[in-house]
Amino acid sequence: MVDVTAATASVMRTPAEIRRSRRLGITYLVLAGFVLWVFGVGSVGDGSAAFKLVRPTDRFKDFPDLVLPAAGMAFVISAALAALGGIQLTRGFKKLSNVILAVASVLFILAFLGWAAAGSSFSLVGMLDESVKRSVPIGMGAMAGVMCERVAVINIAIEGMLLGGAFVAAVVGSQFGSYWALAGATLTGVALAWVLAVLAVRYRVDQIIVGVVINVFVLGLTSFISQRILNQNPHLNNAVLLRPIKIPLLGDIPFFGQILFQQNIFVFTMFILVGVLTYGLFHTKWGLRSRAVGEHPKAADTLGVNVYRYRYVNVMMGGAIAGFGGAFYIQGSVGRFDENMTAGKGFVGLAAMIFGRWHPIGAVAAALVFGFADGLQGKLAILQTPIPSEFLAMAPYLATIIVVAGVVGTARPPAADGQPYVKE
Amino acid sequence: MTDSGEPQATAPEPGDEGASFFRDLTGVGLDWRAAVLVPVLAVITALIASMLVIALTDLDALKMWGSDPGGALSATWASIWGAYKALFVGSVGSLRAVSETLVQATPLIFAGLSVAIGFRAGLFNIGGQGQLLVGAMFSVWVGFSIHLPVYLHLPLAILAGAVGGAIWGAIPGLLRARTGAHEVITTIMMNFIALRLVDYYLKTSWFQAEGRDDPVSRAIDVSAHMPRLFGFLERSDVRVHIGILLAFAAAYGVYWLLFKTTLGYEFRAVGLNPHGARYAGMSVTWLIVGVMAVAGALAGLAGSDRVLGVLYRAQPGFAGTIGFDAIALALLGRSHPWGVVAAGLLFGALRAGGQQMQVSTDISLDLILVIQALVVVFIAAPALIRAIYRVKTGREAERPTTGWST
Repeated sequence: MVDVTAATASVMRTPAEIRRSRRLGITYLVLAGFVLWVFGVGSVGDGSAAFKLVRPTDRFKDFPDLVLPAAGMAFVISAALAALGGIQLTRGFKKLSNVILAVASVLFILAFLGWAAAGSSFSLVGMLDESVKRSVPIGMGAMAGVMCERVAVINIAIEGMLLGGAFVAAVVGSQFGSYWALAGATLTGVALAWVLAVLAVRYRVDQIIVGVVINVFVLGLTSFISQRILNQNPHLNNAVLLRPIKIPLLGDIPFFGQILFQQNIFVFTMFILVGVLTYGLFHTKWGLRSRAVGEHPKAADTLGVNVYRYRYVNVMMGGAIAGFGGAFYIQGSVGRFDENMTAGKGFVGLAAMIFGRWHPIGAVAAALVFGFADGLQGKLAILQTPIPSEFLAMAPYLATIIVVAGVVGTARPPAADGQPYVKE
Repeated sequence: MTDSGEPQATAPEPGDEGASFFRDLTGVGLDWRAAVLVPVLAVITALIASMLVIALTDLDALKMWGSDPGGALSATWASIWGAYKALFVGSVGSLRAVSETLVQATPLIFAGLSVAIGFRAGLFNIGGQGQLLVGAMFSVWVGFSIHLPVYLHLPLAILAGAVGGAIWGAIPGLLRARTGAHEVITTIMMNFIALRLVDYYLKTSWFQAEGRDDPVSRAIDVSAHMPRLFGFLERSDVRVHIGILLAFAAAYGVYWLLFKTTLGYEFRAVGLNPHGARYAGMSVTWLIVGVMAVAGALAGLAGSDRVLGVLYRAQPGFAGTIGFDAIALALLGRSHPWGVVAAGLLFGALRAGGQQMQVSTDISLDLILVIQALVVVFIAAPALIRAIYRVKTGREAERPTTGWST
């Protein structure tokens, strides 16, 4: 992968960038054609799509629906996509190309929703609310991954940390209440991360193997205890949900208030953590040192940074985030533990981390997109689209393969990722 | 069993002494201690540690410790004894038990060989599960859609499984070779894509059994069923079929390929030192694709065995956790074909015994996953074994080679 700094990129484009730019442009044009034919021509006569922006229980419940003529919208979006593709092909967007990629994706999704909901009404607010909720374990897992990999420890065990956190949250929550459950889940994540750190940093065991082992171990142990103890003792698996918190005033804003400011503690924590981690990693001494440990541990060591300690501490902080995210399944969602209830969401988190280029903001943005795909899946049946929900479920995985293969965009991990450090 | 002599004699000299940890762990160039002693002690330790898991999850016995320690001890002992006795009886206690052990071991051996051949070439194939699913679906499709006499139909159905797995394995190989996308990431993602594809296809009219609402495939023709080895006994519970013989043959085939052919030499050369291999004029790109295709084909055969030898159709969850068990298995077997066969038989016995344990005691099959995870921990960190048993564990680890950066 050709890696150039932003400064040189704006002056001279490397062949790889030009190729990438061309591929993006062609992608936009293909999308434009697709929108035009399938969503535009295909839906003529089907009427308008009514998007509900508020819920009947909201303060401003009479806020009008967003009514858009499906075909007209598709034509406009198709034209916009074609324009983006044209500009991309001729002069390129330079630094903005990632933003434009996001814009194009949103436009495409809008066209799709308009087409799917044509002739009926569709609760956009409900869907986005659901998307944000579903993105929580993904986003927390992704940020846990960022914490670990920024200090060059690969964390495949996110799945196990989420599952372990969920299990402990269910048991502790049933016995001692929700806040102890959050603490317990967090500590479980820390403990699993400690195992990862000891084996990876001290014993220098292959980190991917450690991750796989932790996942299998947690899956086996939680399923085992679930069958042996929880099934016969339902009172140990009956935790109370944490109610959504409505932030005064902001929570009453139509549409956005519902999605962003009337959520449970997990959603708020996720958004706060994005800010904290971004500031911490990129604007503090601790962050600079952490990144140095991940990029060039030897140099960091020479300058007096304790590489091992940074790896231990950051990996365990990552574990805390993932463990807390696991509690979402219990206190933020269903209140009881089921075997393998995370169902691979930890790996989607890993995907979000890669998709977000090892940056907290990118990781959570990717998690929101994947959460959206997840939320949309549930609605597809209601909308009676011919698209099988399984294909939407594949989207995060396909997107990740496309990104790591450098087809659109490049993803570069921290330079020392996965390499144990041997102090000389 | 040890491969310290012969393969090292033919393998290229490692460029530097670093990178040897991944090889130690995955079994290239070990002395007998690391190749035999550590795995055996790892299994024993894991079995003992699992006793502790059983003891600590026996709530009734735990409550008795305060009032009646003697009673608690005997109750705990009784549940441990019951579990391990069931494990033993269920795996080797009768003809049926031995047959079940072999039935369970067959796909594990195939999938373990798949991971092992990847390790030998320096590639970490986590995608066994996906390759297995795709291979199985190919086999199922050939099994029910084509009608042929048995001597054509069965080989064709098995071949289809290998082809399906090879395709699914070659894609990450190609991505790795051409774009540098790490195979761990891509194979994980390919696993989930395969899972969703199977979910989808099992609901299409193409695959779904007629008259069924649930996602179950059509039944495979009898002409594509793998014949049972003890069919003449007329016992429906002795399910061992020719798959186990194919698995042994595959193990020999992998041994032959890796250690007796030029291609295998090149596979191992890429694993030991890709730069050296390139310098020696080998096409690293196509070797990586080739390794992943062969690995995928082996995992695909694991899927074929499940559907053609046991289930005779595809249904949700038919792959279990074979693709992931295979990673533990390849590590335990030190990525040597004979080691994989031995480890596969052991894991098969644990699975078969675990089912018996689940039926006759209140201890669930999931204990097997715990045992497997512990086995790998002790294999991967021989320092733990050394600390517990005070034995030498062979050459000491240096550093691994896997990381996202390629």
